[in-house]
Amino acid sequence: MRPEHLARLLVILGVLLPLAGAAIILLPPLGRNGEVIEVHARVAEDGGWLPSELVVPAGTPLTLRLTSDDVVHGFAIGRSETQAVDVLPGQYSELTLTFDRPGRYTYYCTRWCGPGHWRMRGTIEAQGGGATPSSAAEPPYVRLGLDLDAPHPAPGVPERRPSAIGGEALGIDLPAGLRGRAYYETHSPYQAFQSLREQGSFSRLGDERVWDLVALLWRQATTARALEAGRALYAQNCAACHGEGGGADGVMATSLPGSLGGADDAPGPADLASLESMMGARPALLHGKILRGGMGTGMPYFGPIFTDGQLWSLVDYLWTFTMEYEE
Amino acid sequence: MTRFDLLRSPFLARLLRSRWPRLILSVAALAGFVLAIAAGLAGTPVGSRNFGIIAVWIAWWAALILVAVPIAGRGWCSICPLPLPGEWFQRGGILAPAARRRGLGLRWPRRLRNLWIQNAGFALLAISSTVILTRPAVTGALLLGLIGAATVVSLVFERRAFCKYLCPIGGFVGLYSQVAPVELRVRDAALCAAHREKTCYVGGPGGEGCPWQVFPAGLTRNSSCGLCFECLRTCPYDNIAVNLRPFGADLPRPAGRRLDEAFKSFLMLGSALAYSAVLLGPWGEIKLAAFRVGTPEWAAFAGGFLAATFLALPGAFALHVAAGRLLAGPRGNFRETLASYSQALVPLGLAAWVAFSLSFVFSNLSYLWPVLSDPFGAGWDLFGTAVGAWTPYLGAAVPTLQAGILIGGLAWAAGLASRIGHRLLGDDKRGSRRALLQASPVVGFAFVVTVVQLWLLIG
Repeated sequence: MRPEHLARLLVILGVLLPLAGAAIILLPPLGRNGEVIEVHARVAEDGGWLPSELVVPAGTPLTLRLTSDDVVHGFAIGRSETQAVDVLPGQYSELTLTFDRPGRYTYYCTRWCGPGHWRMRGTIEAQGGGATPSSAAEPPYVRLGLDLDAPHPAPGVPERRPSAIGGEALGIDLPAGLRGRAYYETHSPYQAFQSLREQGSFSRLGDERVWDLVALLWRQATTARALEAGRALYAQNCAACHGEGGGADGVMATSLPGSLGGADDAPGPADLASLESMMGARPALLHGKILRGGMGTGMPYFGPIFTDGQLWSLVDYLWTFTMEYEE
Repeated sequence: MTRFDLLRSPFLARLLRSRWPRLILSVAALAGFVLAIAAGLAGTPVGSRNFGIIAVWIAWWAALILVAVPIAGRGWCSICPLPLPGEWFQRGGILAPAARRRGLGLRWPRRLRNLWIQNAGFALLAISSTVILTRPAVTGALLLGLIGAATVVSLVFERRAFCKYLCPIGGFVGLYSQVAPVELRVRDAALCAAHREKTCYVGGPGGEGCPWQVFPAGLTRNSSCGLCFECLRTCPYDNIAVNLRPFGADLPRPAGRRLDEAFKSFLMLGSALAYSAVLLGPWGEIKLAAFRVGTPEWAAFAGGFLAATFLALPGAFALHVAAGRLLAGPRGNFRETLASYSQALVPLGLAAWVAFSLSFVFSNLSYLWPVLSDPFGAGWDLFGTAVGAWTPYLGAAVPTLQAGILIGGLAWAAGLASRIGHRLLGDDKRGSRRALLQASPVVGFAFVVTVVQLWLLIG
């Protein structure tokens, strides 16, 4: 070969070889079948999940290659026990899922990636493979006809946080009708207070003592395990807006009004440490608010994310901001 | 000053006369360049995982500013791939001298035969640099634009007009190449003057006429020579030398310094200071404004940057030079005095750039290993280095190095200012005293700049 031709070949190879590399990444991954899908994560302001809608056959393994185009994100499937996967910038994580039952599943970001974190959601439509399961049971707030958006102040509130420990120390047998999960979920603490006041046997007790009994009723309706699960869920999903102590003073709420997807004049996050508001709220109401979200306020809807058990754990934990459950 | 001609070594003489070593390096650079463009445009938008960002702005930049420019001057220009496609077209070949030239072959307009366009180009890059340095697609587009511009200019104008008058990187490299301890010069200028054919300039059987449009006998500064070594091949008298020489040997010569060159010094020094403040400083608002290219905040930032580098810094320097002239008694043209003393900013600016670069080069160099294995951020692992934790190198030593380099740069600038003063005012007793008086405000200026840079980098 003549030197000039060799030189030209060298230059041409110098251009073509790197371009071949680029061509390879533009092609689908080699040796993969159609069930491998690459999903890119970007902060919600830049598009969120790409793609954000997937359609797969039910019962067939689906492999997702997850990567982030900006910051650290997390990937999880709502209402499932699947472990969340970190989605790192410029790196790939693989996750294989099988949706045995047809239906619509929500995937979401589990990391606080930016102001629009909660808008980072996508759906997987699992089709075929059997009958679509019937829709979920009516949530309690619908069954009870509660208006989630109506104010719910308690007509009367204790002067201090009611204490379950104080209530327990009284050594009083609480009425059977007020005990248990069914009563707790459907009544506000103020309603429980009223019911106790109406019982003649408690007439000698001062109001604060009766409120302590309410706190005891509320604590007896849950478990330490549920409270621990609720605490973890709250820390991961709610504290950024509602604050660690429930006082509506989370970093996102105070520094970024209106940036969470709500209108600029939307009310800020609810004060979960307010006795007036919380003593008038039924657990079913709080359950509904979390399930449905804050409609225009920026409060996300957690219905497709949390299982019913997780929702109730979270509701149970919320009372710890206004009631003392332990020393 | 002492010189040692590297061509006395037959091996080096053969190496430099051959086109192959330079071509092979140039093709390797071209491959890296195309890969950087492809990765920038088609790879992950995550800068730290994209070859385009890491290879160009960390690895290449480190090699350029810490090694190539201080040691080899325009060594990078010698192997730069930007002019390769255009030059191939222009010459009709890569190795062989052209039988017939292609393109319009126009001469570069006389009015534009200066560094002002280069200065403007560098300033434009500087005010957009936060985006260029962090967004792979922008880096890819910029590199593509540069190679496209170099090619188009080669089609229209003769020789390497792009490199000489337009390339913003070439301007930077050219300015600081004056510091390097390597130079290409003629051995005997009289022999060149007597050589009627001037094959070094017009070309001959052995090679092309100087692509940089330089008559080697007139070379007094490295900034004019692209180290392509064509003159080695075309000189029939073996009259070209490639010398080892003392560092900064070009700098003390005040004669023939122009204002566009002076402004290049101001721009480069100002950019080093501005980058240190914007990219490393604690002022988040400025950083955000610099990042939001096209917005009013960015326009304010850009305006501030341009005002600082083209007005405030030259203005302050001019005041110091004027003060020196007052102290020593005015002599000569003020513009020439200003341009001459601006040479003292060359070692100062280079020290500022090296110190600034140390801040991020070693702390980010570990990003290079993953992108070599996975240049596009596509999940590859070609060399088993794709998964590597970020590891800053030389962490504790960097501030000490920076301080040493900045203080060294100040000492060099001070010495140089004094020598320039002597060249301007004479070496006799009276001239020496006046030279010291004239140079002292310039030294004061250099001292203040060094203190500011130390504060910005080390705090």
